[in-house]
Amino acid sequence: MAGPRNISVSEASRPVLPRHAKLKYDETRKVWVILAPERVLAPDEIAVEVLQLCDGERNVGDVSDQLAAKYAAPREAILADVIVMLQGLADKGFLTEAREKTP
Amino acid sequence: MSDVLPIIPPDSSDSLAVLEKSRSTAETFGIPLAVLLEITHRCPLQCPYCSNPVELDRSGKELTTDEWKKVLSELAEIGVLQVHFSGGEPTARKDLVELVKHASDVGLYTNLITSAVLLTRERLSELADAGLCHVQISFQGIEEGLADRVAGHKGSHRKKLEVAKWTRELDLPLTVNAVMHRQNMHQLPDIIQMSIDLDADRLEVANVQYYGWALKNRAALMPTVAQLDECTRIVEEARERLKGRLTIDYVVPDYYALRPKKCMGGWGRQFFNISPAGKVLPCHAAESITGLDFESVRSNHSIAWIWQNSDAFNHYRGTGWMKEPCKTCEFREIDFGGCRCQAFALTGDAANTDPACALSPLHETIFKQAEREAEGETNRFLYRNFAGGTLESENGA
Repeated sequence: MAGPRNISVSEASRPVLPRHAKLKYDETRKVWVILAPERVLAPDEIAVEVLQLCDGERNVGDVSDQLAAKYAAPREAILADVIVMLQGLADKGFLTEAREKTP
Repeated sequence: MSDVLPIIPPDSSDSLAVLEKSRSTAETFGIPLAVLLEITHRCPLQCPYCSNPVELDRSGKELTTDEWKKVLSELAEIGVLQVHFSGGEPTARKDLVELVKHASDVGLYTNLITSAVLLTRERLSELADAGLCHVQISFQGIEEGLADRVAGHKGSHRKKLEVAKWTRELDLPLTVNAVMHRQNMHQLPDIIQMSIDLDADRLEVANVQYYGWALKNRAALMPTVAQLDECTRIVEEARERLKGRLTIDYVVPDYYALRPKKCMGGWGRQFFNISPAGKVLPCHAAESITGLDFESVRSNHSIAWIWQNSDAFNHYRGTGWMKEPCKTCEFREIDFGGCRCQAFALTGDAANTDPACALSPLHETIFKQAEREAEGETNRFLYRNFAGGTLESENGA
């Protein structure tokens, strides 16, 4: 089953795209897209960068650490931006949270 | 990737544009992102608003498994990203699992649009294993009495509920598709709750669009203006309340609008579908327009060629075909004169302004007629079937 709904993204969240949303590079149009039911979304390059790191293992803090290191940018600013972006995705139903595997 | 991390805009919707809108295919007539595959017209249900043409393709005319596979490969190759397996009832094709598998193998996002009544849990599981990305199940109402009557199929509602449950058990995302009309609109709040209870991610509240079968049944289906306003209010309230939990897509009927809908995003601009017999069509109702010659995937032409160059696609593309009042209208590139099929069905000429537009000389007449029908007593359906339709009996059977 999909993760809990109405997720609130925080530093500790481990977000992941739900099964119905697929991040893919569109070779024809040379853009990244998120494929979802009846929708094709065009995430900007930052969103793509963030989403590629959202594998359900890393939490939002880890993702921000990596981006801060990669771009030598202030971590707190990046964290705030990442949370805003991911919350926007979550509110639109394009983000879920990885759950602990049940035995 | 630039060297400096740009600030992510505070409104994250900016970072997530909808591709159809932000990178419009309109200028170039680039290949559509999604294609509707009506793989059969066979269906166990008989909904009186069926979007299939009144003249249905018989099974003998349907493309073979190999032909559909070739179509799927070709679609992926030319840049289509999503395919919707629809019908008729797509699960009526014995080769559906094989087709879904092939679509997944060539990299297409696959969506199944189904009535669900023919599915077993085992077959649904096979579809999931074949890579199916999403399931969309139609519901005709909230309880058996009305829902089975609209579907013209006893036991259908109960079966749909069961299949919806299996869908989520198999971890497939679910969309509930509810087609709304005068006789089921009072059930909308319960349909929204049912979607939550079924753990659907998405609900399509689609008011009937009145061509083909639905036009024949307009007197039994047309809502009143008051009903429609209430429907809109309920959807808006639910959208706010269920934000992040249930996405609700809403399609309004255009009869009570002042401006027509930009049907299909404009003829031959963003969409095509393929009929059971392999015709490449600008919309699923296009064959209702007589005098146009639609090319088939069985012809010598590629799908990309048919999209770009065929007469049928170019006939109502752009604005060159328009007559007054469309021709000089300031909205001509916004709504492209509405729906060609509706213009043809209601005026006899697909190049006329869609009467849904207040600028059409027929708008008033049609609006008044729809209002009268909505207040009327006619509730009997003409059921959709290969025999050209069967009228519901007096006692509703």
